Amino acid sequence: MNKFYLSSLLAVFVLALIAWVGGPSAPWLFGIVLPYLAVILFVYGVARRVMGWSRSAVPFAIPTTGGQQRSMPWIKQNKIDNPSTHLGVFIRMALEILTFRSLFRNTRMKMTHEGRFSYNLEIFLWLGAIAFHYAFLTTLVRHMRFFLEPVPLCIQAIEAVDSFFRFEISYDAIQFGLPGVYISGIVLLAAVVYLFLRRLFIAKVRYISLAQDYFPLFLIMGIAFTGILMRYFTKVDIAAIKELTMSLVTFKALSFKVPQGIGPLFYVHLAFVSTLLIYFPFSKLMHMGGVFLSPTRNLAANTREVRHVNPWNYPVKVHTYEAYENEFRDKMVEAGLPVDKMPEESAEEEKE
Amino acid sequence: MADETPKPSELLSKIDYHTPSTHWMDVPVNIRKGMYCYASNPKSVEYLGLPNARAWNPIEEDWKLPENWQQILHEGFKERLEKFRSIKVFMDICVRCGACADKCHFFIGTGDPKNMPVLRAELLRSVYRNDFTLMGKLLGRFAGARPMSLAVLKEWWYYLFQCTECRRCSLYCPYGIDTAEITMFGRELLNLLGLNIDWIATPVANCYRTGNHLGIQPHAFKDMLEFFVDDIEEITGVRVEPNFNKKGADILFITPSGDVFADPGTYTCMGYLMLFHFLKEKYGLDVTWSTYASEGGNFGSFTSHETMKRLNAKMYLEAKRLGVKWILGGECGHMWLVINQYMDTMNGPADFLEVPVNPITGTRFDNAASTKMVHLSEFTADLIKHGKLDLKPERNDNKILTFHDSCNPSRGMGMFDEPRYVIKNVANHFYDMPANTIREHTFCCGSGSGLNAGENMEERMAGGLPRANAVKYVHEKYGVNMLACVCAIDRAALPASMAYWVPGMQVTGVTELVANALVLPGEQERTTDLRGEPLPGMEEADE
Repeated sequence: MNKFYLSSLLAVFVLALIAWVGGPSAPWLFGIVLPYLAVILFVYGVARRVMGWSRSAVPFAIPTTGGQQRSMPWIKQNKIDNPSTHLGVFIRMALEILTFRSLFRNTRMKMTHEGRFSYNLEIFLWLGAIAFHYAFLTTLVRHMRFFLEPVPLCIQAIEAVDSFFRFEISYDAIQFGLPGVYISGIVLLAAVVYLFLRRLFIAKVRYISLAQDYFPLFLIMGIAFTGILMRYFTKVDIAAIKELTMSLVTFKALSFKVPQGIGPLFYVHLAFVSTLLIYFPFSKLMHMGGVFLSPTRNLAANTREVRHVNPWNYPVKVHTYEAYENEFRDKMVEAGLPVDKMPEESAEEEKE
Repeated sequence: MADETPKPSELLSKIDYHTPSTHWMDVPVNIRKGMYCYASNPKSVEYLGLPNARAWNPIEEDWKLPENWQQILHEGFKERLEKFRSIKVFMDICVRCGACADKCHFFIGTGDPKNMPVLRAELLRSVYRNDFTLMGKLLGRFAGARPMSLAVLKEWWYYLFQCTECRRCSLYCPYGIDTAEITMFGRELLNLLGLNIDWIATPVANCYRTGNHLGIQPHAFKDMLEFFVDDIEEITGVRVEPNFNKKGADILFITPSGDVFADPGTYTCMGYLMLFHFLKEKYGLDVTWSTYASEGGNFGSFTSHETMKRLNAKMYLEAKRLGVKWILGGECGHMWLVINQYMDTMNGPADFLEVPVNPITGTRFDNAASTKMVHLSEFTADLIKHGKLDLKPERNDNKILTFHDSCNPSRGMGMFDEPRYVIKNVANHFYDMPANTIREHTFCCGSGSGLNAGENMEERMAGGLPRANAVKYVHEKYGVNMLACVCAIDRAALPASMAYWVPGMQVTGVTELVANALVLPGEQERTTDLRGEPLPGMEEADE
């Protein structure tokens, strides 16, 4: 299994090296062509994949029912886990997407030596996942400051909350301070490292992991790490970077002029992000879109109340009552079972 | 076969949750005795007109496949990717987080990593990636792809028949990936090559011809119910008179034929007869049985969607022919998955039936407004709620009960409180099993989805272990001695798994308990329950 994560790690290192060397020497390629290409492929790829899913039929309504059904009014229905209305489905989906509700149910099975089993709440996967996704989202939103001028108030507000934690030493002897520390960046890196370590150290998870499970983790680790490096340690020319990012959104970058003074580390960061975007539509990262289309979650569990229509429903061969009675008529009559045709009638029909 | 099954302690000590050091793609499948079911009988396959009917044996090298089997599979896969969004999405979005890994009863009972739901799905996904995705084509195994081969096919077969389609894993999956859906799809592909098991294929052929899985012909069906009529008369002094194929009855009743055939389901069947007699005498409700639609279960659903539809069609056809108002369904598991999520779509709309109304209580079952089929537990709970049944729950006082939520009525329907309400009103001693093993978290009996054969006893006992373990807990803690359920497969499978894991535990259907408590008009003083066991306080009278 080791070759899976080693190959992924190697791929990310090679990528970093290429960007480190290539960025400063061909800034138009790494600063302009690559990000444009990445965005185009991302949008195209995601749209194609989602449209591919949507094109496939939903022949049956197969919601997983995770709570009491709606039956009689005096029995309390679980309207979220077994939703019979569109509102219920909406809430179920919202909770699934925003709070990872199903994952929150996770338990861990343990067997004692006497052969007894216990199933206790296992919260860490959920915690890691939720920390990772929300930190990623915050980081993403925060980065909008590079693509908008003036920076909207809401983004400034998010930044302010995110960086409430300050690290400063201001004695006469030592004057040291970091810019406001973004919690999101730290949490993102910590969560992604946790998700990697659990893949590595939990035997079952290691056994099911593929190279494509490690690769995006390393990539995101790289993104978070280079981002943190740039912000707190090796200062980059932030003005030049913003000039570049603004020229990308305003399409002035099509002149292929990249501002001077952007360090190689930024190109590594950008190359990681671009790779992630290009890789996204071809990978399991599409779970972001797929979760909306999962028929076990996004359909109402009112399948006996409202008929679900299968677009490709076709007639099938069935064994009719007539054929059944024809085979067993004599025995049925003898046993006193009612029949549609008495033996004499059917014999006459046969003659005709 | 039973004597070759390892003892419980041996089976327990065999469970090893350590993962092998070799990658799963390099671990060859070992089709092991006791862990698989015999191959389908060619006569059954032929009767249904399904592909590649021939005699074959899973442990032989040559499976007698059609020459172009790989092409058949590839095209079958491709066609179904367009027909089932579920499959297409489930093939693409799994992140292998591992949340499902220890949720499967077969994994818990065997430790075989390919019984982790995620790996069971990866068996198919790996071929999907190879055949249908760019990454798989470019990167091969680094993208988790592998080409189809005979070894892979055998692996599919072995592990797709080590899944009971219970959906437990689906509950915990953050994307709702449903292994039952994947298994149904996988078995449908296998059936394109004639790779079914006989415990499914022959019941399906029987059901197609005679109306029920056991192949009971109409006159015999009537005879069997009349045996129960005699037994009931002996116990209660009342002679019940069931209707058969009666045109113009109010309600058509359909239940699995297993209840007609084998203990302890037969006692549940007696319960049905007594309940309907009571309702007839007291309220004039006219319920009919059908010999043509004499099967509630649907082993077609373990074969293919088309076969499921072919067998299910009888329910509506018969309801229409008899001109009943609506259909009442007995206690069965997968039957209710089919009725609740497939029947109306496949064979509806049932516009010739009425929205079900219980004429005795006036309750309108709006939740069944379109499908027009009501579950017996819903119906009974409604009757009890309105005080329409005369009950003596103390007759069940020697039964200390717990309730096994069957997989399909749980995660394919959500019927949890109705049967519990019924039980608590017809019996006085009820204790639920631990919270993470009941209701939506419930464990399979271990023998669902057509795996309840005799030759795979080790597989069944391993799969039944988690359920049995939870039963054992309440057995030891509260002295529970009877496991109630609303599923005919449970009634057939759980007695074996209880005898194996929790000796002394008996299994009962809910309606058997109802009938024990139910006071029939004009009945004699009962001294025994439906099983002929003395009622509480009647132990001496029995002598």
